[in-house]
Amino acid sequence: MLAYIFKRILATVPVMGVVALFVFLMLRLSPGDPAAVIAGDYATAEDIARIRENLGLNEPIVVQFTKWLGQLLQGDLGISIFTNLPVTTLIAQRLEPTLLLTLTTIVFTVAVAIPLGTLAAWKQGSLIDRGVMLFSVAGFSIPVFVLGYILIYVLSIQLKLLPVQGYKSPFTDGLWPFLRHITLPTITLSVIYIALIARMTRASVMEVLQEDYVRTARAKGQSEFKVLMKHAVRNAAVPIVTVIGLGIALLIGGVVVTESVYNIPGLGRLVLDAVLKRDYPIIQGLILLFSFIYILINLLIDLAYTVFDPRIRY
Amino acid sequence: MAGNPGQVDFSESADTTLSSRKDVSLVAIMWRHPSVFWGGLLLAVIVVIAIVGPLFTVDPVALNPIKRLKSPSAEFWFGTDFLGRDVLARVVHGARISLVVGLAVAVIAVVLGLLIGLVSGYLRWLDAIMMRVMDGLMAIPGILLAIALISLSGATLVTVVIAIVIPEIPRVVRLVRSVVLSVREEPYVEAAIASGTRLIPILWRHILPNTIAPLIVQATYICGSAMLTEAILGFLGAGIPPEIPSWGNIMSEGRTYFQLTPWIIFYPGIALALTVLAVNTVGDGLRDTLDPRIARKM
Repeated sequence: MLAYIFKRILATVPVMGVVALFVFLMLRLSPGDPAAVIAGDYATAEDIARIRENLGLNEPIVVQFTKWLGQLLQGDLGISIFTNLPVTTLIAQRLEPTLLLTLTTIVFTVAVAIPLGTLAAWKQGSLIDRGVMLFSVAGFSIPVFVLGYILIYVLSIQLKLLPVQGYKSPFTDGLWPFLRHITLPTITLSVIYIALIARMTRASVMEVLQEDYVRTARAKGQSEFKVLMKHAVRNAAVPIVTVIGLGIALLIGGVVVTESVYNIPGLGRLVLDAVLKRDYPIIQGLILLFSFIYILINLLIDLAYTVFDPRIRY
Repeated sequence: MAGNPGQVDFSESADTTLSSRKDVSLVAIMWRHPSVFWGGLLLAVIVVIAIVGPLFTVDPVALNPIKRLKSPSAEFWFGTDFLGRDVLARVVHGARISLVVGLAVAVIAVVLGLLIGLVSGYLRWLDAIMMRVMDGLMAIPGILLAIALISLSGATLVTVVIAIVIPEIPRVVRLVRSVVLSVREEPYVEAAIASGTRLIPILWRHILPNTIAPLIVQATYICGSAMLTEAILGFLGAGIPPEIPSWGNIMSEGRTYFQLTPWIIFYPGIALALTVLAVNTVGDGLRDTLDPRIARKM
């Protein structure tokens, strides 16, 4: 068991290495002089020289990579070109809204998608089932930001139920304002994720419901609720949890868009501001951070399988 | 197939198993899955509008400062934007860009993914390396990767397509690889190896045909998601240059005036959602028909 955990953790090292190498090479192998591209059209020669210096582009590429990787391993993501602040500081400043939005989204998604998917599998072919399938097809077709604007238009502008945009911190502004501001972004960001997970839940619960032990449980007169909860959902958990983990990638992409629609000062906005200013160290740092989180979450989920499915023993 | 069994042409037998499968003609698919029919019809209508529509609309980039931000009316069906440009003309024009991007990304991603997947699924030593690379690439959020690539190479239609293709490749590679891994154990492949067939003909004649059905399905999904990504990039201001009327760019420009003229976002948004819906529906139907193994699970 311990050996498995150790092996699994070790297996993430090459993946992270590939991510780091890719991010490193992306700047160096891009066509033209990256320093000139980053400096923009109005840059002077000094500006370009300063950016070359900042990115360490003057040295041989192998030296650059070792230095860069060494800094990275110490948690140093470099210095932002425009603010001259460490990227880690900038990330820390913007972390809270993104983290909380992601958390509310995951909680909301799991709370909605798993019951919906289970219900659809249980009443296969019913109106609920068709509704869930329709929703999951539609959820993959509506662009996140269009959905966001529809929600703002209906709930905020027409019905005046919720604030249009902005973010309030639960720590400094109070819980209620926070909840009011986070509701629409959470729903917006959840839809595609719910579509994904409800669909997967439906598929895997449906498969489990055909198992012999489910028929046995029913035959011995167990209530349908217990059959669903104790037998079906529990045994369907592994694929569902896998999809929750893989969906994190979807979520991270959605965060950038959702924060932009709702004007939330989080990491997604940091990326966009950095893109507009061509502040490459920030973009690079955030790609590394998000990829790292994605790898970490999927590692944790892999390890969690042993909890969900006692048959899996390593 | 009389005579010496050593002279049996195994490629021949592989071909007969393929053609003796159930009828997979387009009409048969549509008959069995009405959703494919409606999705296909919707898609056909959108494609026709994209091709001939711009001939009937006004110039999508013609400015008309007197008629700024007009509501939808008989003159401007979809209203006008902040520069007085006709939103209908822009949306119709945007359909071309969305479809071209979706199709280009799907084709390029499938071809590249197919090549990498075929070779790496077959050559063990390369496989280990390629899979680590693909794992790494998959860990990078696609939209961020695309944004970074575009911001480094400058935004043009071509760089946007490339930037959307790269994050899509690992999914295709994994799909192709999984097919290759299961097919390479089949008796007819072993027989081909035993009879001394070279690597390229084995890949081309025996393994490639098995990947076509799942790849067609995957290509439709990639097409849909590429159109969404392109619109997101445009919306974020990181996509195709703003002077080109893509749906993402129209919506991006509509943001400032959203409270006043929400239709500037809604019309292209609806057009985009319908197009992606049509493509995905066709994809679902194709999957149910061509790939019943996955269809049963979904």
